[in-house]
Amino acid sequence: MSSRQASLPSISVDNVAVIRGNRLVLRGLTVAARSGDIIWVRGANGCGKSTLLRLIAGLLHATAGSIKTEGRIALADENLALDANLTVAKALMFWADMDGASGDARSAALADMDLQALAQVPVRFLSTGQRKRASIARVLASKADIWLLDEPYNGLDSASCVRLDQAITTHAANGGIVLVAAHQPPSINVAHSLILDRPEADV
Amino acid sequence: MKAFAALVAREVRLAWTGGGLWLPVVFYLAVATLFPFVTGPDKALLARTGGGILWIAALLATLLPIERLILPDRQAGILDQLALRGWSDELVATAKIIGQIFAFALPLLLATVVGSALIGLPEAQLGTLMLGLALALPALSGLSVTIAALTAGLSGASALGGLLLVPITIPLLIFGAGTLSENPGNAMQLLAATALAITALSPFAAGAALRAGRT
Repeated sequence: MSSRQASLPSISVDNVAVIRGNRLVLRGLTVAARSGDIIWVRGANGCGKSTLLRLIAGLLHATAGSIKTEGRIALADENLALDANLTVAKALMFWADMDGASGDARSAALADMDLQALAQVPVRFLSTGQRKRASIARVLASKADIWLLDEPYNGLDSASCVRLDQAITTHAANGGIVLVAAHQPPSINVAHSLILDRPEADV
Repeated sequence: MKAFAALVAREVRLAWTGGGLWLPVVFYLAVATLFPFVTGPDKALLARTGGGILWIAALLATLLPIERLILPDRQAGILDQLALRGWSDELVATAKIIGQIFAFALPLLLATVVGSALIGLPEAQLGTLMLGLALALPALSGLSVTIAALTAGLSGASALGGLLLVPITIPLLIFGAGTLSENPGNAMQLLAATALAITALSPFAAGAALRAGRT
């Protein structure tokens, strides 16, 4: 909703702890990202990767510590957030309208994720990998400074993985920040690899 | 502003394509069709009680769209994406309530013309009934979004929704039925005041419920 920030994007997570449902998910976590950084977040299931992304997105509140972000944020998590009955093009257009982004940005995002052939197909008919590509296209079209990608490689074929790698490196080269939560090791040059440990349950 | 309009338009489109628009209308008209079978063709009795039955039908029809108002959007991540873009939960709730006014209140108001004809309401009463419902239906739209936000994701959401709706709508029903009496003036004013209070408070109640439901 806000207009594009003039200052450089940044993320600063300082000594953050999160308790969700009586369980300590993150503790003493500090992350700093500057413009152009790609941060790869890894860790076992349930170690708080998605929690960290939701925290930075402002969808969760930290129990302790502080989080500051500069710049617009786009999130692609396991929820597609596209209306199932609309065509891919129209569903993406809805968010482009919300972001005040142009139709060109949407077309470019469709091309980047190789979705032109599927543009007129209703979202409910997409396969797992195609849904993932559509959700990444939503992030691309948003023209946000900070991308938070939760397991973006899941379900993607190798050609799409290459496309995603390319999109991530281009975005970072243009001064954006990308946080990728993934299980596999990074296939691109990353600024930091952040390994999350499961905090000991002493609450 | 354009984004807000797009969100309202999405609500109306979802109601239109998802069948949520027709369900309350069909229910409302079904009550109007069935009621004369119960009372028999007693014109005077129908004229005296028909308006009240339409009021009850309108209140209960409020419950019908509840399950598709908030829960699907929460599960699909739409609400997260809006929060991420800096939308306050109150603003999202307001857009949904305005969407409901278009997708629920207006169709029901139009169906009242048909419903009152089915029951055989005197023409003089139709105007009063329409005015009263026009005042109350925005409040009912607000209540349906609020209840949907409160019960989203709970098991037995519909039953709980009914329990929440009935006590809050009793004042609307009392004043609404009061407008159908010989002298509707005072009841209409009280109805307007009650409906306005509920309509004005519902975005805040629904917004708080949306916020509390985000995990």
